[in-house]
Amino acid sequence: MSLDTVEVAAKTPDEEQPYSELGLKSDEYARIRDILGRRPTTAELAMYSVMWSEHCSYKSSKVHLRQFGDLPRSEHLLVGIGENAGVVDVGDGYAVTFKVESHNHPSYVEPYQGAATGVGGIVRDILTMGARPVAVMDSLRFGRADAPDTARVLPGVVAGVGGYGNCLGLPNIGGELLFDECYAGNPLVNALCVGVMRHEDVRLAKAEGVGNKVVLFGARTGGDGIGGVSVLASETFDAEGPAKRPSVQVGDPFTEKLLIEACLEIFAQDLVTGIQDLGGAGLSCATSELASAGTGGMHVDLDRVPLRDSTLTPAEILMSESQERMCAIVEPAKVADFLAVCRKWDVLATVIGEVTDGDRLTVDWHGERIVDVPPRTVAHEGPVYERPVARPADLDDLQADDPAALPRPATPEELTAHWLAVVASPDGADKTWVTEQYDRYVRGNTVLAQPDDAGVVRIDEETHRGIALALDGNARFARLDPYAGAQLNLAEAYRNVAVSGARPLAVTNCLNFGSPEEPEVMWQFAEAVRGLADACRELGLPVTGGNVSLYNQTGDVAINPTPVIGVLGVHDDVRRRVPTGWRAAGETVLLLGETRPELGGSTWASVVHGHLGGRPPAVDLAAERALGELLGALGREGLVTSAHDLADGGLAQALAESALRYGTGATLRLGDDAFTALFSESGARAVVTTTDPDAVRTTAEWAGVAVTELGTTGGDALAVEGVGELPLEGLRAAWTATLPTLFGTPEATVGSVPAGTVPTS
Amino acid sequence: MRIGVITFPGSLDDVDAVRAVRLAGAEPVALWHADHDLRDVDAVVLPGGFSYGDYLRAGAIAARAPLVQDVVDRARQGMPVLGICNGFQVLCEAGLLPGALTRNSHLHFRNRDQQLRIERADTAWTGSYAEGQTIVVPVKNGEGRYVAAPAELERLEGEGRVAVRYVGGNPNGSLRDVAGVTSDDGRVVGLMPHPEHAVEDLTGPSTDGLGFFTSVLTAVVGA
Repeated sequence: MSLDTVEVAAKTPDEEQPYSELGLKSDEYARIRDILGRRPTTAELAMYSVMWSEHCSYKSSKVHLRQFGDLPRSEHLLVGIGENAGVVDVGDGYAVTFKVESHNHPSYVEPYQGAATGVGGIVRDILTMGARPVAVMDSLRFGRADAPDTARVLPGVVAGVGGYGNCLGLPNIGGELLFDECYAGNPLVNALCVGVMRHEDVRLAKAEGVGNKVVLFGARTGGDGIGGVSVLASETFDAEGPAKRPSVQVGDPFTEKLLIEACLEIFAQDLVTGIQDLGGAGLSCATSELASAGTGGMHVDLDRVPLRDSTLTPAEILMSESQERMCAIVEPAKVADFLAVCRKWDVLATVIGEVTDGDRLTVDWHGERIVDVPPRTVAHEGPVYERPVARPADLDDLQADDPAALPRPATPEELTAHWLAVVASPDGADKTWVTEQYDRYVRGNTVLAQPDDAGVVRIDEETHRGIALALDGNARFARLDPYAGAQLNLAEAYRNVAVSGARPLAVTNCLNFGSPEEPEVMWQFAEAVRGLADACRELGLPVTGGNVSLYNQTGDVAINPTPVIGVLGVHDDVRRRVPTGWRAAGETVLLLGETRPELGGSTWASVVHGHLGGRPPAVDLAAERALGELLGALGREGLVTSAHDLADGGLAQALAESALRYGTGATLRLGDDAFTALFSESGARAVVTTTDPDAVRTTAEWAGVAVTELGTTGGDALAVEGVGELPLEGLRAAWTATLPTLFGTPEATVGSVPAGTVPTS
Repeated sequence: MRIGVITFPGSLDDVDAVRAVRLAGAEPVALWHADHDLRDVDAVVLPGGFSYGDYLRAGAIAARAPLVQDVVDRARQGMPVLGICNGFQVLCEAGLLPGALTRNSHLHFRNRDQQLRIERADTAWTGSYAEGQTIVVPVKNGEGRYVAAPAELERLEGEGRVAVRYVGGNPNGSLRDVAGVTSDDGRVVGLMPHPEHAVEDLTGPSTDGLGFFTSVLTAVVGA
């Protein structure tokens, strides 16, 4: 086939082009022709198709996401939305950048590589900002825990998250693992990375300075992941359709580790003026975004790109999503030093072009012009849709189906049986089966990790300054009311950071929804964004960035709306962090906050009755803020020995986790309505232990938070007056057995080593 | 006292080893795999990680690095050398320690807090402990299953070359619960668990791991 150059395109305006196979609609194709004043070349069409995909262009979500940008400017925000990741001032000259991103569709098609490259991609986003990545988290959702396909997807995803993160030397400090029928064909794999730098080290993705060189470095470009963002991430799975495995990228964490160290050395020697990672849409994205954000144009000689497969066409090279690649803008005088650092780390680096004056992005293939476009039209001025929205037709019935009508446990025996069922359910059960596969110790700064409510990482060994992070996304609440659901998720993540003793500072998000082409899904999305923006305004927290994953549906069945919210907090001194478990006997157990009979969307209703209906718990952000301030004060003053937030599974879950952590029970009084006390999921609550209950009460009074005394720690059971005893031994057996029973006890699978497996030591 | 910590491409726990050396009261010295220069160190630590991505076999490529050849020469003259996790794999591949590390019997990467029994308290790296003492340090590996031929294992046991043993559960299927072994002169020790992750109350399950790094101070001064 002859090369489709700009010249050829101008002469053959009527040639048929496969725009719809590349995921473009006919009006979008017409707009491209309009912009260029001719038909696009094959290479240009490839670039526009990936950059105008839902995944890259946010064309359906943009009109809603603007609300985050409209929030009042926070004094802590150094870099806001629009860059690869937002940057937050955490004090003492330190800046932190954090972001969560989805890799849902690839993880369903090829669980190990899909999840692994999800981690790899978000780590490069953080690195690109100039930061050293210091920790990762993962928020995972699968179909029913006992479904056969979950047994296919989950072990691969967990091994992939672990395999990549472990090999990069990044501790995994927490996350979520939840199951629901709605994720059966659409598992969610959301990965978070956090990085730390000094204020002056922040880097931006723009191409400045005419004559500066464009350097591509890292792995060679291959045929993997071609069209990943358009074909895979921006369309609904179709049961009849062809397998999409070739669109999944393949990761090499060793190369990424070298890339990290090389980049940090390059930053330290001040050798770049701009930098961008290659993720979704590969070179198309990196070149057009760098050029679009800069003041000039850019020229690239595409034939200089080092290839893994010499048969790739120019369009395929532009679309490839081969992992572990970065693109830097380097002053000519610094190119030699740049290449020397890359050589030291065995990282391949090639000058592929330069910054030009003018405002075009041009690409040549062996001297012939195959791309000549205004970069902004590719990167930042893609289509924007105001999609129709419609409140789901079933929502009134769903909200009217109040769980108050569900049969409640009638006897103490039934109550303890329900308690055990909640704690031993796949969502409530011990997550060690997963977290044992993750390195939580590497770098030696992990202060708290799963199963604590928040991950806490020390960032300075002299001053003991540190950060706390939590990720939460209750989709049952969001299904019943996406506006309130998004706010409740924010509140939970805020609370999880606060119970560790940290001061919440900033918010990120990963919004997982069904198809934007369905008005009911779009309504859920719009409501969730509005809810999150309103709540951030009320709590005074900036949204630093985020990620939108749409088309999470199979056929016409969408997932429950799943806004996963991340909150970053700061610890002035991590030595004062508050852990979640009970260690000592004789301490007073106190409940902070108020419990109302709120069971809509609760774990109890779901586990015991398979029920989802009613209204989610009321949102009270003033109470959340008061509780957060109280927890911060209690941590600073050293007045509590443990703190655990109340969320999924209510007090029942929190008491069990606190007791099982170090094997310390408690004697408790839960009042006349033990059922509501145990299973209600009212927000703005935490359970703490203390040796000085009067001081806690006094402080709580100052903060305006209600305190209820629940009892005293000690013994080897959770003994509740009038209800009975849950011996810890039995509770632990049930709680720890669930995941190994479902996904296998590693020791039982002892056998020969399969050939050709990925490195995992 | 200068203790070198080697960084290979793919080393991960080098920062942790440097911290442990510092907390033990010695001066950590960063060593680069490609240099033929041990920078006058008195002892060397090969840290954990995935040198060269574990390609070929874990530790196999790093064992051929220029600096490791220098380490082998100096170790044969009595310089103390500690290999942790991937470092242990490198020492086995370099022929300084007997046996080999293979894929965990259950095929999973596993990270947990592990009990260990100190079997030899007279090596350069375990002198701060008492023989038979039980300590808790993290273990984390995917290829940590210690193996050797039956006759070799018998010989090693007979010579008292097992320095550290797993107790309270074997995390990876290592033969005879071997967690670490020593050279016949007690100067070179390799183990899969990570003492450098148990040196501070704030970040580790204990501070039991510090003993490996304090031991060598006495060993070097006494030599």
